[in-house]
Amino acid sequence: MALAGTRSIGQAALALAIALFLSVFLVMPVATVIYVAFTEKGGGALTLVNFQDFARTDLFVRSFWNSIYVSAMTVVWASALALPLAYLTTRFEFRGAMLVQTLGFLPLVMPPFVGAVAMQLLFGRNGSVNLLLDEWFDFKIGFMEGLNGVIFLQAIHYFPFILVNLSAALRNIDRSMEEAAQNLGSHGLRLFRRIALPLALPGYIAGASLVFVKVFDDVATPLLLNVKEMLAPQAYLRITSIGIDDPMGYVISVVLIGVAVATMWASALVLKGKDYATTQRGGGGLARRKLKPRESFLAYAVVILILALVLAPHVGLLLLSFATVWSFSPLPDGYTLAHYARVLGDSSIYIKNTLLYSSLAAGIDVAIGGAIAYLVLRTKLPGRQWLDWAASTALAVPGVVLGIGYLRAFYGVKMPDGTPLAALWIVIVLAIAIRRLPYALRAAYAALQQISVSLEEAAENLGATKARTVRRIVIPLMTGGLLAGFVTSFATAAVELSAVLMLVQSNSDAPLAYGLYVLMQTPAGRGAGAALGVIAVVIVAICMGLAQLAADRSQRARGLDI
Amino acid sequence: MSKAVGIEIAGVNLSYGATHVLKDVDLAVRPGEFFAFLGPSGCGKTTLLRLIAGFAQAQTGQVLLDGRDVAPLPPWKRDVGMVFQSYALWPHMTVAKNVAFGLEERRLPRAEIDRRVAQALDLVGLADLAGRRPAQLSGGQQQRVAVARTIAIEPKVLLLDEPLSNLDAKMRVGVRRELRALQQRLGLTTIFVTHDQEEANTICDRIAVMDAGTIRQVGTPMELYEKPANLFVASFLGSANILGDGHGISVPAGKRLVFRPQHASLSPVDGAALRGPVTHREFLGAAVRYSVRVGDNEILVEAPFQSGGELRAVGDRVGVALPPERMLYLPA
Ligand SMILES: Nc1ncnc2c1ncn2[C@@H]1O[C@H](COP(=O)(O)OP(=O)(O)O)[C@@H](O)[C@H]1O
Ligand SMILES: [Mg+2]
Repeated sequence: MALAGTRSIGQAALALAIALFLSVFLVMPVATVIYVAFTEKGGGALTLVNFQDFARTDLFVRSFWNSIYVSAMTVVWASALALPLAYLTTRFEFRGAMLVQTLGFLPLVMPPFVGAVAMQLLFGRNGSVNLLLDEWFDFKIGFMEGLNGVIFLQAIHYFPFILVNLSAALRNIDRSMEEAAQNLGSHGLRLFRRIALPLALPGYIAGASLVFVKVFDDVATPLLLNVKEMLAPQAYLRITSIGIDDPMGYVISVVLIGVAVATMWASALVLKGKDYATTQRGGGGLARRKLKPRESFLAYAVVILILALVLAPHVGLLLLSFATVWSFSPLPDGYTLAHYARVLGDSSIYIKNTLLYSSLAAGIDVAIGGAIAYLVLRTKLPGRQWLDWAASTALAVPGVVLGIGYLRAFYGVKMPDGTPLAALWIVIVLAIAIRRLPYALRAAYAALQQISVSLEEAAENLGATKARTVRRIVIPLMTGGLLAGFVTSFATAAVELSAVLMLVQSNSDAPLAYGLYVLMQTPAGRGAGAALGVIAVVIVAICMGLAQLAADRSQRARGLDI
Repeated sequence: MSKAVGIEIAGVNLSYGATHVLKDVDLAVRPGEFFAFLGPSGCGKTTLLRLIAGFAQAQTGQVLLDGRDVAPLPPWKRDVGMVFQSYALWPHMTVAKNVAFGLEERRLPRAEIDRRVAQALDLVGLADLAGRRPAQLSGGQQQRVAVARTIAIEPKVLLLDEPLSNLDAKMRVGVRRELRALQQRLGLTTIFVTHDQEEANTICDRIAVMDAGTIRQVGTPMELYEKPANLFVASFLGSANILGDGHGISVPAGKRLVFRPQHASLSPVDGAALRGPVTHREFLGAAVRYSVRVGDNEILVEAPFQSGGELRAVGDRVGVALPPERMLYLPA
């Protein structure tokens, strides 16, 4: 009994520490934002007047509908890209399938804002594609005109989220579901539409709602494409141009949170009672059919077209990073290494900061994620589920909102030397950590779930205490999974921008994503910005490879253990 | 209802990679027959059914429906109705929608579809549940929806893959009778797959007994019981005593002596060809089952139970008597 007592005191202390951390760095900043949105400027009385102002301001209403339109159209176009690929790879024997599967990682490797300027140079009014079209066929296509540009770029970057979810759902359908339909006379696309697609709907909705929210919350991509009349950019612009006392930035933040929550709620509503996974056993999907030569040709054409689009930002970025001058011409005028020399020389502070911030943030995430996963899955501590919920709410908080919350909540807190807490670089790290925490948490859950409880019980049975069991059995066994979680968090943290954008106070504290954003604003800085982008992509790609390796390793290690 | 159709399977061999799943299968199912594939789990019953439905491809041999080779026909053109073991009801459609599916695929007029859906649901007694989702039905109801969905398209033949295996034991007897009655009413050539000999015996006209991808014997339930062609069939259908040579009755080389427990009786030790001590005695109600050790074999003997009749005790030495016409000599 005494032993059980000390054990649960230790667990309770750990849980309290995490709860405190989440309260201070997630709940309080967000609560502050919401509170400010509902209070009178200068005064303290609760009011709805700020929201009335919002609704009366044409710019904001227009921005709101623009954001809705862009997000919805992105989902439409992303679906148009993802659907044929999902169909091809899950229902046919198709050698391009491997190629398509690897596309799933591209949005993680490079967020849309990184390639925005390069895409303008490729697909803009006077970009490579339109120059060639104009020369050969005498017309241009407005890929990048106004909101179209944002939609085009976001769809290219985010369709893999739909593809990955939809493909997984399609593969998990019990094959008798489709065979029964064939048996009753159905086949081909009609069968796909009537049986497979409805059964895969949960996967599709999961992907589509994620895309909708991500696009709705994105600040940097529209701004780099010079689109200001969208909601998230307005929040940023309002705070940075008018100041942190102006309530409008907070009202917009609340609207952003509201839309994210509403989207998730709506998708849960649509999916209610549609979780077919539990009613399906076998999985594996229908036997794949061989494509006929003509179909095969068509399939390759589709895949290559989509692949070209997906690779366009990467190719554009690479060209831009080596270009001397690139404008009004299909390809750069000349090539140089000067941009790399510049970013590896005097701009190398960005890279150093990124490495530092990302490793710290990823370390925090893995520690907290691992601890929450352990408390939830392996202890009976009352209220442990709350930690999970609290950490997961970060998913519904747009980066720009978190950034605004930090500014407001921590600006008044002064260090002994008088600098506000919000101006310290560590705050940037914490914001990044909070943003990535839900993902690290999922990784920790996965890692822990693969360890059989009996291994721990065996250790305790042999006389090890709880703490020693954790140290000697659980952590070593989780290492592979946690390492994969760390590297993934690190990689995604390295390209996190929207929260960072609000919090960077001086160039010397700025991470790479911020540097890239600033450099890309001016034609003179583009080359260096692109070089930073390429470096970021390389860092992230290497990390993703490492994460995969770590995950595979631990899988194999476990295979040998058992 | 169109006229019933026969099924012929000739010289079929089917492998998945290195696993030879069906070996030289030859079979003829007569028009209108209720036919069973009976065999232990993993012997290839489902695979044979899937071959007929077009979901599996044989490396050699033919499947003929109504005398026509169906090899060139994909599953959706075969008109072979299959009820899957898992039922495979679509969870996103109501019962009525499930049943209407095949008719809609045939582009029938709406009124015709509605009429035939109602008719099919009536036939299986589920007219009231047309608006429900599959998840809201019991196992037995789901099974009937699966049957209704299949017969609604008026297939040439009906294939049932272990249709009772997902039902609890109490329901099985009732449902199998319903299936038989339905088949009789429709006059539909039907193949019923099961690993349960009682199910096959009670409702099927003829049975093909399968073992490890081969057909060991085809016959009516009674033929299989009375005249099993080999040891596998003899022991798979009902219990059988199997003896080699050297136990007091001479058995030809390469064969075994086979007899049913209820055909043997206990006799005095003296003069009996088979003899030994009683090792177990079980009371079955209508009969008493004795185990008698003969050499290194346990011989089962079921004697009818009469109240006041004489019982033997464990340890008694007894003889086992056999009428010559009940002695079968079967190849091993
Ligand atoms: N798609 C497949 N790939 C490989 N082996 C298979 C496949 N389908 C069935 N088998 C094998 O064929 C054998 C017969 O299977 P099945 O026809 O399902 O048996 P039954 O229905 O009699 O239980 C089994 O050994 C099974 O493992
Ligand atoms: Mg089977």
